[in-house]
Amino acid sequence: MGQFNYWVYVVLIIVGLYGMMAKNNLMKKLIGMNIFQWAIILFYISIGAKKGGTIPIIATTNPSATVRAIDYINPLPHVLMLTAIVVGVATTGIALTLLIIIYRRFRTLEEDRIIKALRK
Amino acid sequence: MNTEHFPALIVVVPLLLSFVVFAVGLVRRSLCLPIVILTLLACLGFAIGILQSVLTKGGTVRYYLGAWDPPWGIEYAVDHLNALVLLSIAVVSLLVAIHSRSVTAKEIPASKHGPFYTLLLLQVTGLFGMTITGDVFNLYVLLEIASFSAYAIIGMGEGGAPFAAFRYMIFGTIGACAYLLGIGYLYILTGSLNMADLRQLLVPLYESRVLLVGFAFIMVGIAIKMALFPVHTWLPDSYTLAPSAVSALLAPLFTKVGVYVLLRFLFTVFDPSFSSQMFPVLKVLGGVATIGIIFASIMALAQTDLKRMLCYLIVAEIGYIVVGVACANRVGLIGAILHTVNDIFMMACLFTVAGSITAYRGSRNIELFRGLHRTMPVTLAVFVAGALSVVGVPPFCGFFSKWYLVLGTIHAGQWVYLGVLLAGSLLNAVLFFRVLEKAYFELRDESGHAEPHGRKRPLIDRIPLTELGPMVVLALLLIFLGLFSNNIIGDVIEHAIPQTMRIH
Amino acid sequence: MEPVHSFAPFAAVLAPLIGACLILLTGRRRPNLRESWSILAAVAQFGFVYSMVAPVLKGNVVEYTVTEIYRGMALQFRVDAFGMIFALLASSLWIVVSVYSIGYMRSLKEHAQTRFYFCFALALFGAVGVALSGNLITLYMFYEILTISTFPLVAHKETPEAIRAGRKYLVYLLGGAVLVLLAMALSFNLAGTLDFSPHGTLVGKGSQGELQFILALFMIGFGAKAAIMPLHEWLPSAMIAPTPVSALLHAVAVVKAGVFCCIRVILYIFGPNAFSSPDVWFILACILAVTVILANLIAITQDNLKRRLAFSTINNLSVIILGAALLSPPALKGAFLHLPFHGFLKITLFMCAGAIYVKTRKELISEMSGIGRQMPFTMAAFTIGASGLVGIPPISGFISKWYLCGGAFKAGELIFLFVFLASAFLDAVYFFPIVYAAYFGGKTIRIDEAPLSMTLPVIACAAASILLGIFPDLIFRFVSLANLIVQTVSGGS
Repeated sequence: MGQFNYWVYVVLIIVGLYGMMAKNNLMKKLIGMNIFQWAIILFYISIGAKKGGTIPIIATTNPSATVRAIDYINPLPHVLMLTAIVVGVATTGIALTLLIIIYRRFRTLEEDRIIKALRK
Repeated sequence: MNTEHFPALIVVVPLLLSFVVFAVGLVRRSLCLPIVILTLLACLGFAIGILQSVLTKGGTVRYYLGAWDPPWGIEYAVDHLNALVLLSIAVVSLLVAIHSRSVTAKEIPASKHGPFYTLLLLQVTGLFGMTITGDVFNLYVLLEIASFSAYAIIGMGEGGAPFAAFRYMIFGTIGACAYLLGIGYLYILTGSLNMADLRQLLVPLYESRVLLVGFAFIMVGIAIKMALFPVHTWLPDSYTLAPSAVSALLAPLFTKVGVYVLLRFLFTVFDPSFSSQMFPVLKVLGGVATIGIIFASIMALAQTDLKRMLCYLIVAEIGYIVVGVACANRVGLIGAILHTVNDIFMMACLFTVAGSITAYRGSRNIELFRGLHRTMPVTLAVFVAGALSVVGVPPFCGFFSKWYLVLGTIHAGQWVYLGVLLAGSLLNAVLFFRVLEKAYFELRDESGHAEPHGRKRPLIDRIPLTELGPMVVLALLLIFLGLFSNNIIGDVIEHAIPQTMRIH
Repeated sequence: MEPVHSFAPFAAVLAPLIGACLILLTGRRRPNLRESWSILAAVAQFGFVYSMVAPVLKGNVVEYTVTEIYRGMALQFRVDAFGMIFALLASSLWIVVSVYSIGYMRSLKEHAQTRFYFCFALALFGAVGVALSGNLITLYMFYEILTISTFPLVAHKETPEAIRAGRKYLVYLLGGAVLVLLAMALSFNLAGTLDFSPHGTLVGKGSQGELQFILALFMIGFGAKAAIMPLHEWLPSAMIAPTPVSALLHAVAVVKAGVFCCIRVILYIFGPNAFSSPDVWFILACILAVTVILANLIAITQDNLKRRLAFSTINNLSVIILGAALLSPPALKGAFLHLPFHGFLKITLFMCAGAIYVKTRKELISEMSGIGRQMPFTMAAFTIGASGLVGIPPISGFISKWYLCGGAFKAGELIFLFVFLASAFLDAVYFFPIVYAAYFGGKTIRIDEAPLSMTLPVIACAAASILLGIFPDLIFRFVSLANLIVQTVSGGS
């Protein structure tokens, strides 16, 4: 129970999956997808945290001072997640565009009604 | 010729030029496609150069982006396997782009041509990048680039295409995020994201449960992208409703790049013994693929829409490839890799024909194919070539990869896989002859009378040469690849087999 | 026996391929030019094939490698005496049938003639390719090409019945091909090569059980094309095709290819020494004997002339394979001779049937009373063909049947001697009533033969059968070739 951060992410992922799979409204699916993606991003960021670590910027200007990596939290996951966030944003952008086109063509965002309209 | 920077150029050039195409598209639409074709020609040159450098070096060509050494920097690593896949992507994308000229003119409104070709180049960028990168996170990024271009460009089709694209997106994102989660686990364990580095760092960790979970997530992600049964459900809808040029580009390439990623993980990042001896990964994959082949072949038989039928065929073909991998021996793996390459060309052949028929006839319904041999004889001949290759008739390339797959299952003693492979062949034959029967034979009643058609049969179809040419080239390539299987296997594929498996 | 390297085998196979392309390009617009491509290709093919008779008779093997696919597998032609027999048969009869088809198709004003000639040429590309191939892979490739190119010919009429027959054809033959593929893969696994060897490629490799399984697979797979019962069903249905198709393909090229492949497997992949007990061959021979008798019995019940001929073909094909399965030298010789002799005889009979159809639109034997007086030359040829199949000297069929009976006797399997004799007796039972009714029934009508382009080939083949009966080694050197094969195959044992 000590690593409660992992439990949070598990819950968020499940919430996101539920939204994507079980909800009928396309917008809600999209929100589910977003929650799913952000949960994973949060997971990565939390990996980099260290007990007692500080932000990863070297504060001294003395070039010969020893820098111990253990004092700073790991910046690499943050960097990776910047990319992932951008990916998430782009995905959301495309999704919203698609939803606009779908709405224009079908006048609804409910999945079952769209499927019915397509079957005709 | 200094080929040193080709690995980077093959990704950077289409990326930058996609923006150029977008800008040009706002000003003068007719220049978009020529720029795309020139870009793809350049990429073909790069791919050939890369393959040559891999062959002369005899090993992996490594390129460090920004001159940062791995594992800190991102590395592009090309060995025989991905050099071959790169070349296939380059050839097929070029041919499909040329083919797309008249097909796209009919399907996409002129105002959207600029964005359409932009997305096409981005798509190709993503595919090249996925194939050439040596860093697992970079793979994720390029995977997503390829994926969104796919979502967007599929959404440009008519009717239910945006909806199919949206559902694809939901499913595809689950896959990509699962992959991301998986490599997160690998990072936690090793602190590295470089494939070659991971290979060494992971070895002492094979017993770890964390690693197993991470591996499982990665496999799920790849399986979704690869359209392996049962997570293939996104494929039929999205590829059927997509514009013809898009399905002709995506169908052969996207799933096969997914297969390449699978091979990379199973044999480069993880040692082959991890998936064959330590955990029953290959057994699971094999079992799933077997069911997939049967399921997809039967579903394909039930279709009246030509493109949908071909979509299910893709799922079945992916099944064959995975069965080859699951045999866990040298011959089976040769078969799997050869089939990957062959399938790229076979599907390109079939989907470009499907696109032409759709554009010309206005319908994909097989029932309406009567008399097609009169109006589109050469196109149908290309289709026959593709069909015979899928069924496995020599000298077409499909026979040779099937042969190795069959041999591989015999060596492995996997009689179920063998039976499924052979049954699949027969089902494929039924599938195609059904279509060919409708297309080549007239409807005659018992006494032999048919409606007179009167029109004189043209020698060549009345479709533009830019559309017909690439299809004929693809058909000829199928024979060419078949006859030169020796060279392909001996010079390239053999070297791609991991060392530990070469003794089999 | 050293291999002679020559382009001739490849040329023999390329001739019909190029011919096919030329036919396709010439198309409907210039029918005379299109037909002449057929005949030119046929003559060229025969020329190339015949040019190899001399070196083959000296005991050499003519070889040509097209390309090496992979270790142990190459697209390779290796012409030995056995391949020569089949190649000579197919290529010579193509010339005859080409002339005949021109008459047939034009008299009936058939549709899709370009497709017909194109597929026909491709079929000969496949058939001669099968004959000249040097290993299983090459054989398989040409075998598949043969199946696929003959499908549009079977379904030519495009009526629902014809399309059903075509589908049945494909199911049987492609299904058989899949079994052959499996057998090939298993053989390659055991032997590391797919080449044919007169001493048996699989001898000494693998267990008896494995070898028996592979033999069974090969026999079922190739047996479908050779119409061994119960896989024969497609052949009578395929009689819906135009008669030239039935004539060449089903009496000569397609089914003979099946028989050829069966014997290739029996003698060159397995060989007499493959199995420690002769029981395996005995079982095979029994299965074939059942086909021999049953087919003839069914033939008696058929009223449709072409269907009766189809069952007669099924009977004769199994007779040939049975001869090979007996493995004694005279039986083998009889089998090797019956292959071409039956071809000439059967094609005569089919062409007669076609001539009758063109002239009178009649298909049923019960309607054919008196036809002998209307078409005396055609019926005379029919009589010769029928007599030859029954085994009456001096027609060629007598010679092959004599050797077959002698071979059964020599092998000590008297039951098969009885089978051969019974088969001949039944042949007479269903052939002679036709002849009798044709000459002695019905009303007198004036003489009215089919067009010359059809009657000439018929008479030519009948005459050839008589000539071959008297001088069996004439032109084609069938007897010398047969002797050579027997020598090569039994020489080792």
